Amino acid sequence: MNNRLYGNLIFELSQEGRRGYSLPKNRFGSYELPASMRRAEDAQLPECDEMTVVRHYTNLSANNFGVDNGFYPLGSCTMKYNPKINEEMAALPQFSGLHPLQPAETTRGAEAICTLLCKSLCELTGLHAFTLKPFAGAHGELTGLMVIKKYHESRGDESRRLVIVPDSAHGTNPASAAVCGLEIIEVKSLSDGTVDVEALKALLAEHGPEVAAMMMTNPNTLGLFERQIPVIQKMVHDVGALMYYDGANLNPMLGAARPGDMGFDVMHINLHKTFSTPHGGGGPGAGPVGVRQGLESFFPNVSPYHGNFAVAMRAYAYILSLGRENVKLVGPLATLNANYIKECLKDVYELPIEGLCKHEFVFDGLKDKSTGVTTMDVAKRLLDYGYHAPTIYFPLLFHESLMIEPTENESKETIDGFIRVMRQIAEEAKTDPELVKSAPHNTPIGRVDDVLAAKHPITTYRQLKADLS
Amino acid sequence: MHKYFPHTENDLKDMLAKVGVSSLEDLYAEVPQEIRFQGDYQLPSEMSELEVRQLFERLGSQNKQLVCFAGAGVYDHYMPSVIPNLLQRSEFLTSYTPYQAEISQGTLHYIFEYQSMMAELTGMDISNASMYDGTTATAEAVMMAVAAGKKQRKVLVSETVDPKTVDVVKTYAHFHGIDIEMIAAKEGVTDLAAMRSQLSAGDVAGVVVQQPNYYGIIEDYTGVADAVHEQKALFIMNSVIADLALLKTPGEWGADIAVGDGQSLGIPMQWGGPYVGYMCCTEKLIRKMPGRIVGKTLDNRGQRAFVLTLQAREQHIRRQKATSNICSNQSLMALFVTIYCSLMGKQGLKEAAELSYAGAHYLCDELLKTGRFSLAYQQPFFNEFVVRYDGDVDALQHRLLELGIFGGVKVDDHQLMFAVTEKRTKEEIDKLIELL
Amino acid sequence: MAKVIEGLYYSESHEYVKIEGEFGYVGISDYAQHALGNVVYVDMPDVDDEVEAGSEFGAVESVKAASDLIAPVTGVVVDKNEALDDQPELLNQDPYQNWIIKVELSDKTELDNLMDAKAYAAFCEK
Repeated sequence: MNNRLYGNLIFELSQEGRRGYSLPKNRFGSYELPASMRRAEDAQLPECDEMTVVRHYTNLSANNFGVDNGFYPLGSCTMKYNPKINEEMAALPQFSGLHPLQPAETTRGAEAICTLLCKSLCELTGLHAFTLKPFAGAHGELTGLMVIKKYHESRGDESRRLVIVPDSAHGTNPASAAVCGLEIIEVKSLSDGTVDVEALKALLAEHGPEVAAMMMTNPNTLGLFERQIPVIQKMVHDVGALMYYDGANLNPMLGAARPGDMGFDVMHINLHKTFSTPHGGGGPGAGPVGVRQGLESFFPNVSPYHGNFAVAMRAYAYILSLGRENVKLVGPLATLNANYIKECLKDVYELPIEGLCKHEFVFDGLKDKSTGVTTMDVAKRLLDYGYHAPTIYFPLLFHESLMIEPTENESKETIDGFIRVMRQIAEEAKTDPELVKSAPHNTPIGRVDDVLAAKHPITTYRQLKADLS
Repeated sequence: MHKYFPHTENDLKDMLAKVGVSSLEDLYAEVPQEIRFQGDYQLPSEMSELEVRQLFERLGSQNKQLVCFAGAGVYDHYMPSVIPNLLQRSEFLTSYTPYQAEISQGTLHYIFEYQSMMAELTGMDISNASMYDGTTATAEAVMMAVAAGKKQRKVLVSETVDPKTVDVVKTYAHFHGIDIEMIAAKEGVTDLAAMRSQLSAGDVAGVVVQQPNYYGIIEDYTGVADAVHEQKALFIMNSVIADLALLKTPGEWGADIAVGDGQSLGIPMQWGGPYVGYMCCTEKLIRKMPGRIVGKTLDNRGQRAFVLTLQAREQHIRRQKATSNICSNQSLMALFVTIYCSLMGKQGLKEAAELSYAGAHYLCDELLKTGRFSLAYQQPFFNEFVVRYDGDVDALQHRLLELGIFGGVKVDDHQLMFAVTEKRTKEEIDKLIELL
Repeated sequence: MAKVIEGLYYSESHEYVKIEGEFGYVGISDYAQHALGNVVYVDMPDVDDEVEAGSEFGAVESVKAASDLIAPVTGVVVDKNEALDDQPELLNQDPYQNWIIKVELSDKTELDNLMDAKAYAAFCEK
């Protein structure tokens, strides 16, 4: 990453008459779209030569930080290494050139990859069938909830409109339920961060016949394994509801326990988390949905073809590269890395819940908060030292949440370096709090004015120009 | 250890000791025995990189790459070499959602450019940071219309909209509690008289049309926006984005929301995905729009900077009251189309569209000349059209397939739909005609 | 310490209503604007819309939070404070001067369900 901002917009590099393309000549004769059907004004797109475009985006990339740049302990996002071979496989022209409506006899290889990937996912999760149609984790959640709703409807059980989620759940859970026409009720957590079984019992007693499903991550958003899961799943099933597994935190379970064996009926997997496909600055990901036997006929049509097929290809290449010998080490090594960081930092950062965590854990800010240095400040100071920040202010259970997730790919040296810096920041917070509060200092830009952006939204170049004049 | 795991024996020993457990297994002490996974997964054994490559290449050889005269929503455009090259830059590829603006200006900056370009192409005020694909973007637009309305629960969808889009919209609508009512097609275009009478029945939150429509036809939507707005409903237009370099835009037709797929901006067909969905709307609707939005601001050093904004609409803040459950955008594919639009620019995009238009019309004329084909609809079309064939459509398609040609999408037993992009040469078209 | 004004009626969700004849001016309390932080947007209903006591009629957004507006009284919206469209920060500067909507009250007895200044001040203390 650069510490100098590359600031031009491509529009600002445009000069009339330049071109960055070359097209074949028109040898079809003079066919022209009638003027009455044409747009009045050309789209004001930039006009640049090819190298200008290449330099522009290369320079932009230098203002970014990715997993390949350094440690990226962003909790709940599983920023693991994205193997390069996967990229090459996904770009093979024998696959990338396939039209999705080509006859089946011309796409046997592509179909085989989908089948093999689904089979592998079934094996790794203990479920019976997968669909690759969902494009992302949130899309998978929605798809899974649709399966559940259809299942109840198929039994004439139309009154089930409630979904129980723990109060620590990802924000997508309630939002997906709402899109699916379901309502959320929250179940409280105990002080140790896991689901309050007694509270759940009361909710089920009160709402039982209206409950469609319970949605959980396991480990939960605090990185804690819900050890009561056998009891919970039985209680939920006893009232006729289904168990939904939010696969956001599946990584530590590879080699340890399978959602199907825990009693879950429906789940999604974020291939961009557990199965190493790149996050791409926010997508494309993929969110395959798996179900217990008997539910596969309820898969809804949430996308037209085979989902993000090229993402699925990467995930399958990853599974093959690891093989059965190594895939079972993913969870334990990720878990080891997380626990190691936690143990090495808990004397200077507030650890609200003691004990073993899984792939991630949450600190509630600095232990010594006397100088007013917040989690936001710590996060920003980490950027100065060349690390990505952890997830901050989530989960909402604590005021100063700092959620750290190292993956299995991080070496002890990398982790030790991170620990040293975290300790140093804790020290700076005491000796020179202003330095931390005004961080970052070494990044291309400083802290941004969120209020200005939201109050007068300028979201296009056209608006930007109008605003200047 | 495997090449993806850096842990040495010594590392393991030291780290386990620090954690206070004696084995990796003990890290899972709290997991009840009855649900612990024991033994081995039934998966292939570890493969070397070479073996992985060989397997994929072997599977790849079971596919058949065809000269593509099919469209139906997915088009075989040319991808300039610059794009895959830049897309593989680790700083773009391996980063996540730009939460930390200070070290994510690269992503935020190109999303701002993307939004600007989509707004330009659609003729709309604003754009979000992208969505999964065109079908789900349309479904999101339908939900947005209902959320923006005043308790209307009905959305009208023209029968000339791609049936695959309609399917996905109906899926979302069914679960979300929205009634979808189809507007009949007449002569390959939306029956506007039918639409008017359906609108006047009331309770309509939105109307969805497609341009060019599923059959490639350029419809005349004169007066539609006014009729829709009279009922306080929103006008949603789904377009093939590349065609908008030339065509009258959704903005010019008076649309409130413009959605569709960005695949036609050079994205490889890759058997259906990933593509990118775009969504643009009027300024008035910005706070009803789902998905990420990037805005301009200043940093504390007075520099221009970009940042995720208007986040109070989103799931991580509003939870069940969010405008959508969408969590992220299709960022890397947004970068793809941004670079594509930068390279092609104002002129190139028009020229490519003109080539596609000319090629399709040339193919159509040549088909008609054979005497065995006739146009299914006497309507203006862009780069895709439906013809009636006087013979056996299946046999024809099969014969072309044998020769490495994907000869259009079958509409029914007598009709075929052909698409032409700038990638199809005159030789390819002439050969197709010859083979017929 | 948040400002509370005498003579207004307050709800537990921190909206106030100021009565002038048949009309009520509805806004958010000083306590509410403090809790929200910098207001960046106010989502208001349209004139002639009906609002119902206890139901949401809009929302106030800051950068990192959004809060639904709950109507303290039932009635028809006869005016909205359009200045808030361009200057949402007015709610931070003086929430009592800058009401959000003006409602023609349909049932004045609903006011009995709301708190007076003293009760509301005590409520905020808790």
